[in-house]
Amino acid sequence: MNDKPAFRNDGVAKVTGRARYTDDLSLPGMLHAVPVYSELPRAKLVSIDAAEALHLPGVVAVITAQDIPGSIKFGQIIKDYPTLADEDVNSTGDVLALIVAQTRDQAIAAIPLVDINLEPRQPILNPEEAILPGAEILHPFHGSNLANYHRVRRGSVETGEAESDLIIEQEFTTSRIEHAYLEPESALAVPRPDGVMEVFGSMQHPFSTRRFVASTLGVELKDVEVKTVPMGGGFGGKDDTAALVCARAALCAWHLRRPVKITYSREWSLRESYKRHPYKINYRMGLTRDGLIRSVRVRMVADGGAYCSVTPWVTWRSTVQCCGCYEVPHVQADVYGVYTNNIFCGAMRGFGSPQVNFAIEQLVEMAAERLNLDEIEFRRRNMVRQDSTTVTGQVLDTHVVSLQQVMDVVLAEIDYSTKRRNCSMGDPNQSEWYGIGFAISYRGMSLGAEGTDFNSAILSVQPDGSVLLETGVHENGQGSESAMLLLATEQLGLPPERLRYRLPSTSNIPDGGTTVASRGTIMGGGAVVNAARILKDIIIEMVKKNSDHAVVSFANEELLDANGSRIMTWNDAIRLCYSHQIYPYAFSVFQAPQVTWDERTGQGNAYFTWVYGCQAVELKVDPKTGAVTLLNMVAAHDVGKAVNPALVKGQFYGGMAMGAGYGLMEECVCSEGKVVPANLHQYRIPRSTDLPEMTAIIVENPDPNSPSQAKGIGEPTNELMAPAIANAIFRATGKRYCEQPLRIKL
Amino acid sequence: MIKVNGVTHADYDPAQKLSVWLREGLLLTGTKIGCAIGVCGSCTVLVDGVARRSCKVLLKDVEGADILTIEGLAQPDGTLHPIQQAFLDTGAIQCGFCTPGMVMSAYALLAKTPRPTRAEIRQALKGNLCRCTGYQQIVDAVLLAAERMRP
Ligand code: FES
Ligand code: FES
Repeated sequence: MNDKPAFRNDGVAKVTGRARYTDDLSLPGMLHAVPVYSELPRAKLVSIDAAEALHLPGVVAVITAQDIPGSIKFGQIIKDYPTLADEDVNSTGDVLALIVAQTRDQAIAAIPLVDINLEPRQPILNPEEAILPGAEILHPFHGSNLANYHRVRRGSVETGEAESDLIIEQEFTTSRIEHAYLEPESALAVPRPDGVMEVFGSMQHPFSTRRFVASTLGVELKDVEVKTVPMGGGFGGKDDTAALVCARAALCAWHLRRPVKITYSREWSLRESYKRHPYKINYRMGLTRDGLIRSVRVRMVADGGAYCSVTPWVTWRSTVQCCGCYEVPHVQADVYGVYTNNIFCGAMRGFGSPQVNFAIEQLVEMAAERLNLDEIEFRRRNMVRQDSTTVTGQVLDTHVVSLQQVMDVVLAEIDYSTKRRNCSMGDPNQSEWYGIGFAISYRGMSLGAEGTDFNSAILSVQPDGSVLLETGVHENGQGSESAMLLLATEQLGLPPERLRYRLPSTSNIPDGGTTVASRGTIMGGGAVVNAARILKDIIIEMVKKNSDHAVVSFANEELLDANGSRIMTWNDAIRLCYSHQIYPYAFSVFQAPQVTWDERTGQGNAYFTWVYGCQAVELKVDPKTGAVTLLNMVAAHDVGKAVNPALVKGQFYGGMAMGAGYGLMEECVCSEGKVVPANLHQYRIPRSTDLPEMTAIIVENPDPNSPSQAKGIGEPTNELMAPAIANAIFRATGKRYCEQPLRIKL
Repeated sequence: MIKVNGVTHADYDPAQKLSVWLREGLLLTGTKIGCAIGVCGSCTVLVDGVARRSCKVLLKDVEGADILTIEGLAQPDGTLHPIQQAFLDTGAIQCGFCTPGMVMSAYALLAKTPRPTRAEIRQALKGNLCRCTGYQQIVDAVLLAAERMRP
């Protein structure tokens, strides 16, 4: 249990059922819209006849691409995604029309009556086929089936292999998986009397949503206001698809001049929303007898599906972290993000690292095994340390490199060395096989060279001394608002009840970028700390002018001098500010330190700081059925500083659980391009009985690159459990399984 | 006649789903819909003290029943039920979408089994999916509530 009670500004609303998620909102005169999908993964759209559907009771309109006043296609990197398909159908997740009706049931009843005429075309479903020379180009305007290509060239792998005593080669594959946020997509668009389209939705990036909506309607950004409401989970999955749902609701509202809500069923959500990329990874590693990695050659192919989304960014992280957390002098990495006609893939918690870690954290153990070294010693010899140089040439000298620390903490907690001796290794005389395993990682923080990286915060003190806080960070459910509030209270020396988080709106604060890449706390927190400093300077200056006292600290709602004696109360200071027409209002940004990247060589300081983590697991395998039972899971992550410890631990537990699902059960199969699982009975995620008790160990090495000293934690927790399980299964069964999800073949 | 959180209702379509009626008819939107086919538990409410998935229940099946939803759990003055308070204190809430259903399942468990083990709690919450928390702090919460609720 946690020592310190959790702080959540939205906790009471959520635990009493009063929190209003998008689908909980309704407005007078509100209409409901539903999507009509393509049944084919690739086709020419010949015609849509909605006459019959329009005759059904309650049906108000059927909206198609022809009704889009702005751009039909949009996208964060490549503008390839049609809000509604116009000529080309590229996926069975493509929406061809929207039916708008008085009630949702009426709209749903009309779906089979929309007559869609499609001319089938040959789909490309295998990414390796898509990149063969001569393959038909799926998006002619893009000119290639490669959404992107990244590489790393460091040293010379020929030299590295010549210096090696052993070369090992292995192929790994990972599957497409679903975010499975508990709340399906939902959007409510309201045409306001002043001409602004107001949008509420379950989305994790209000500013990206605003761009999608404005582009679809053909209006300026000022004419769209996106407001956020509680969101029932995102995990990276509520960006593009969620924004498209918002854009479609806005499109209907625009035409009908009434509020329109679209709430997805689980079936539509599974069918249309983007997934985590399946990868095929081929490694070739050169090693010396004494256990040093000399070279790595790696080729990765990611199936991006029908649309680009953020595939170039996801695969870029895989590229930067292509050798895991190890020092390798000679590296050649080639990473491809490929268009096919499968369901598209995009951001998901981990963002290109779970796939790589699944492979590399097994590969290093396979190498150790071949060299007769134990897996701990092998990692110790090769892992990055203080002042190490990464495979992209970045020197890790700006923060504490705590990889060995987190590994040692976890191995001690789980008593690895003792339990390692009890592993079954497939012993035919045992009725139950026991195994223990672990995995380690480093992870570049925030966006790196993937995008512009800044965030902003506003602190506005009211005349009575209470404070309104607003940041560009979006609450995804992880408690980011609470973390921002805690940072502000700490800076200003106020109790949490003196602050309120202001309902964020895209019309009030600059675009803070998306709350992905675990960047909420580090970026938003940085902005909050900077804004608090500005605010305190305003107050200090004013007090100095008017009382000749030098304020040096703020604590317990008081302003203190160098001796810690009270100069005046916070409330008096604020009153004084207002009476002198000095406004205690601060706006500030936190700009991530500069990063560098050379696309040609794949060299550069890719991320401005890094985090380190280790996770371990104990399990047993039934030798008769191959069923795996998880017995115990332990994680340690260096979070810089834990702003809200109970919530930080919550991220650990949730990440381990999702990682266990990735390792053992999850796979979102596509057949003929169409997502096979229809609902959560066919796409299984871990239940309470599938998971063991877990231990979360917070390691804190304050990070000087972060004004709040904190680093992100959402994603690192979700990139290690699958390889840890794979390693434990090896020690239980004596066999390596290189395909995720891990299915034991007897 | 159906009683919901102490209020009796007589005007409804018996063929309607309980989940939809609660949300759209009575505007009790604390009951969530995550799958609508009975596998996620987000829509869990108590029907005569038994945890049921309201998306699988038609109103005609609950004629005369006494239904408790998440909105009916706190005291009229706003004091939280010990289970609700424990969810807050242990950090068992993240996105909160599963929370109402979890709390209702926990309520049904503790009514029957006031001193559950961690394994019994996991068993009782098996039908409630949570994607955020890994269930660890939810189990902590139910255990803490059980301790606090002991006379
Ligand atoms: S919505 Fe009823 S069980 Fe999922
Ligand atoms: S808290 Fe998000 S699903 Fe449980």
